[in-house]
Amino acid sequence: MDALLTRLLPNVDWTEIGYASLDTLSMLGGSMLFTVLLGLPLGVLLFLTSPRQMFEQKAFYGLLSLLVNILRSVPFVILLIVMIPFTVIVTGTSLGVAGAIPPLVVGATPFFARLVETALREVDRGIIEATQAMGATTRQIVVNALLPEALPGIIAAITVTAITLVSYTAMSGLIGGGGLGDLAVRYGYQRYQPDVMAVTVILLLVLVQVLQTVGDKLVVHFSRK
Amino acid sequence: MINFHQVHKAYRVNGQDIPALQPSDLHIARGEVFGIIGHSGAGKSTLLRLINRLEEPSGGRIEIDAEDVTALDASGLRRFRQQVGMIFQHFNLLSSKTVADNVALPLKLAGELPRSAINARVTELLARVGLQDHAHKYPAQLSGGQKQRVGIARALATEPKILLCDEATSALDPQTTASVLQLLTEINRELNLTIVLITHEMDVIRRVCDRVAVMDAGVIVESGPVAEVFLHPQHATTKRFVQEAEQVNENEQHDDFAHVPGRILRLTFQGEATYAPLLGTIARETGVDYSILAGRIDRIKNTPYGQLTLALTGGDIDAALARFNAADVHLEVLR
Repeated sequence: MDALLTRLLPNVDWTEIGYASLDTLSMLGGSMLFTVLLGLPLGVLLFLTSPRQMFEQKAFYGLLSLLVNILRSVPFVILLIVMIPFTVIVTGTSLGVAGAIPPLVVGATPFFARLVETALREVDRGIIEATQAMGATTRQIVVNALLPEALPGIIAAITVTAITLVSYTAMSGLIGGGGLGDLAVRYGYQRYQPDVMAVTVILLLVLVQVLQTVGDKLVVHFSRK
Repeated sequence: MINFHQVHKAYRVNGQDIPALQPSDLHIARGEVFGIIGHSGAGKSTLLRLINRLEEPSGGRIEIDAEDVTALDASGLRRFRQQVGMIFQHFNLLSSKTVADNVALPLKLAGELPRSAINARVTELLARVGLQDHAHKYPAQLSGGQKQRVGIARALATEPKILLCDEATSALDPQTTASVLQLLTEINRELNLTIVLITHEMDVIRRVCDRVAVMDAGVIVESGPVAEVFLHPQHATTKRFVQEAEQVNENEQHDDFAHVPGRILRLTFQGEATYAPLLGTIARETGVDYSILAGRIDRIKNTPYGQLTLALTGGDIDAALARFNAADVHLEVLR
């Protein structure tokens, strides 16, 4: 078996693959955590200030929306490079997992916030009206009605964002971010070792597949409709 | 209990004011079931939402228990809303929460009761609406009628003094409608709760309301006790509702009984007069013969009423008409 693997995949160093996988997972976990922590409130804010909602603020929403659109339209590769000075200030390094997380978070947060805004918009207006009629404060409406009702949508948003982050982590190899994508570029592409490329791509595929399946299961679990 | 003084409401759409409610006065007494009927777009939904200020009035004053609710600040408004329950056409239950958690929500938001007291109250409320066995189900697992019962239990959770019903039975089948209306009547009686309901169905008004207001194009065109308004409709809109509800009469009106001999009259009576043997007595004493051309005897909430179209022949018809006029009935001579 070992002999067969070695013959088929002569250039694959499994220890390196293992470390790269761990790097990918920690970049994904770390950036997802901060993306949710920042993107969820941002999404709620976008929703509440959008037209015909509880805190309708035309100018503020317009500005916030523009900012989100600008960040979303910057190609991630550019963002990676532009962010380097900022990343050094925040994490002390622009390399490795720690160096990759800030650009990943900045790249994914506006995307995730938009998805949260859309998920909140899906909540029946009648439910907001009913909680208002109970004498709820806006904060109570968000915490007790909007977020629980939008939970399946928010989980789906987390799933989509996580999968987007997987492909972003691959790009962060360009600035020395490490991980499976980096391995695929450096060995598979630059040194032309197609076996390394194949193994990393398959591992990324498995990761995406697992994320999607778990996400879908959770959405079903929390859907009561 | 609820007083509207020249309350009006206009929506601003593309820089233009679209009136939804013309300046209106309204008085709703404590403990009564007050119905507002109108076609869609008549402004009844706006009027209902002005009561708990889900809609802000453009002008006028709304007093509830002598308190000017139009002057309440944000926290005053929240406290006030806890005293006003509301149920909806589409129930508006939280799909992510169980029946028990839905009913507990207003109590949790009010934040005045400890968890154990909330649980006890929820159990009591679910028993009142007959859903004690469904506490741990989710709304999606219930039928429409059961969902509305959850809505009612939830609306009653904070022991409100007013219950607002927004087309509460419009999404339900006739049988379920009847049972939900029955429940509302019970609640009204047992808790002495003031109920304000809006509907486009005459039948709902006829079954549960004490008084009714008829709305058309943002104006309250007619109001009064239900039997009064519907037996003697004045405004065209009211007449149309009556005709829609009693298709028999509509057909009857097209037929002028041309081939029937004698005088034709319509008698309308309500209350105890419904059961008095008036027709027989007058016929015997004046010697007229009568034949009944059309008629119905029914009840409006608790008031029995009847409406008969008669043809009179022979005898002293003028004396008979005079006797009808003097009696406790409403007489219309059709021919």
